[in-house]
Amino acid sequence: MRKMETFDGYERPDGSVGIRNYVAVIPTVACANGIVGMIARAVPGVVPIYHGHGCGRAVEIEMHTRTLAGLGKNPNVAAVLVIGLGCETINAEGLALAISVTGKPVEFLSIQDKGGSRKTAALGMEIVRKMIDDAKRIERKPFGFDRFCVGLECGGSDAFSGVTANPGVGLAADWIVDAGGTVILTETTEMIGTSHILEKRAESPEIAAEIHRVIAEAEKRADDILGPLASLVISPGNMDGGMSSIREKSLGCIIKGGSRLINEVIDYGTTPAKKGLVIMDGPGYDMESLAGLGATGAQLILFTTGRGNPAGFPLIPVIKVASTRRLYRAMEDDMDINAGVVLEGESLEDVSQEIISLAKEVANGRQTKAEINDQDGIVCLYTMNPAF
Amino acid sequence: MKPNVVIINLRDNVAVILEDVKEGDIINLPNGKMFTARSDIPYSHKVALKDIEAGGYIYKYGEVIGAVKENIRKGDWIHTHNLDIEAKVEE
Repeated sequence: MRKMETFDGYERPDGSVGIRNYVAVIPTVACANGIVGMIARAVPGVVPIYHGHGCGRAVEIEMHTRTLAGLGKNPNVAAVLVIGLGCETINAEGLALAISVTGKPVEFLSIQDKGGSRKTAALGMEIVRKMIDDAKRIERKPFGFDRFCVGLECGGSDAFSGVTANPGVGLAADWIVDAGGTVILTETTEMIGTSHILEKRAESPEIAAEIHRVIAEAEKRADDILGPLASLVISPGNMDGGMSSIREKSLGCIIKGGSRLINEVIDYGTTPAKKGLVIMDGPGYDMESLAGLGATGAQLILFTTGRGNPAGFPLIPVIKVASTRRLYRAMEDDMDINAGVVLEGESLEDVSQEIISLAKEVANGRQTKAEINDQDGIVCLYTMNPAF
Repeated sequence: MKPNVVIINLRDNVAVILEDVKEGDIINLPNGKMFTARSDIPYSHKVALKDIEAGGYIYKYGEVIGAVKENIRKGDWIHTHNLDIEAKVEE
């Protein structure tokens, strides 16, 4: 009998499994970023989740709160320190409480209560040093790939993204789903024109209706905001690149989700209840999309690119799949996989095998190029309305 | 000969050109078969893999991406000039 394939991950108290073992420091509000930075610079190994929000907004507060909570709950995170200010909309204690349902160690400090920046940072350093010592005691154990959850992203696409990198990732996505794992396809804007195709793959009529709704809303939003310019979602560059319609362009995007049934549609930054292929409603903008994927609990992100996007994400390894050898060569320090070999006669199956095998190694601890480059930076939360 | 096109899905009746071809150039399929390009086709654009009557569907990614506005011959360039992308699809 064939031995079940496994990866060595970190089990969390809620039963989820991480492929990294980070201690995160999350500010409730951008005003606290400086203190988070003091802590992160003083204690190597801590991951700061800098972001630009937490206050001054009405519509997005619930979404931003759940997204920050989702990042703290992500299985790649062993423990969390929340740094609040005191007068912001997102409450530090509330955010800490939302993360603590996972059973992982969570603490919070509010700058206005603790005597200002330096005193808060000093207290924070003490807390995260202890959290890091405790996290080091968690050992990797083998788990089946049914515990694997992978987010998908494409950014800086070119004419071959939909021919090489995306179909290659699509076959890898099918492999993960068939292994019992979870794959999250997002970027609703890039599904416009393919609603009827995705609806046919829905697991139930209710899911089909959800797919229809989120894509129709994305299309309406583009029409309402951009008017006649909405058609620029399919840019002249796409036409020059051989795309005859927005549907054809979108087919090249959604193919990275593979070919399996769609089991669930979730809101931006929420955790799926089902396994298998899941759609997260979210923007096409890479950086905001990555934040939403991080909050779903994805342990790994497969990111295809044609023009060459170097971005990674704190907490989550990002595997970059280049659509051409030209890009792979031009940005070899950033690209993990050259899917351009398809243009040289290798099969999509070969590329998908390479992606799967690297994903397994990364799950076991191998660093991606984005990790080696410390490509974390600021976390961009999805916004749809002006601040007040 | 090395293939100079990619066929993404077995159901497709177009292939994606990997490097610019001129009218009369040979299209080499991954299965070893070959035919002639009937017009200049830029790389990453689509070439018809068979004759298709006006109104027939074009399949790429295994899905309909439109209907052709005129009779198409194997080797023709398929793009906005001969593809009705608004065509109603009945499958």
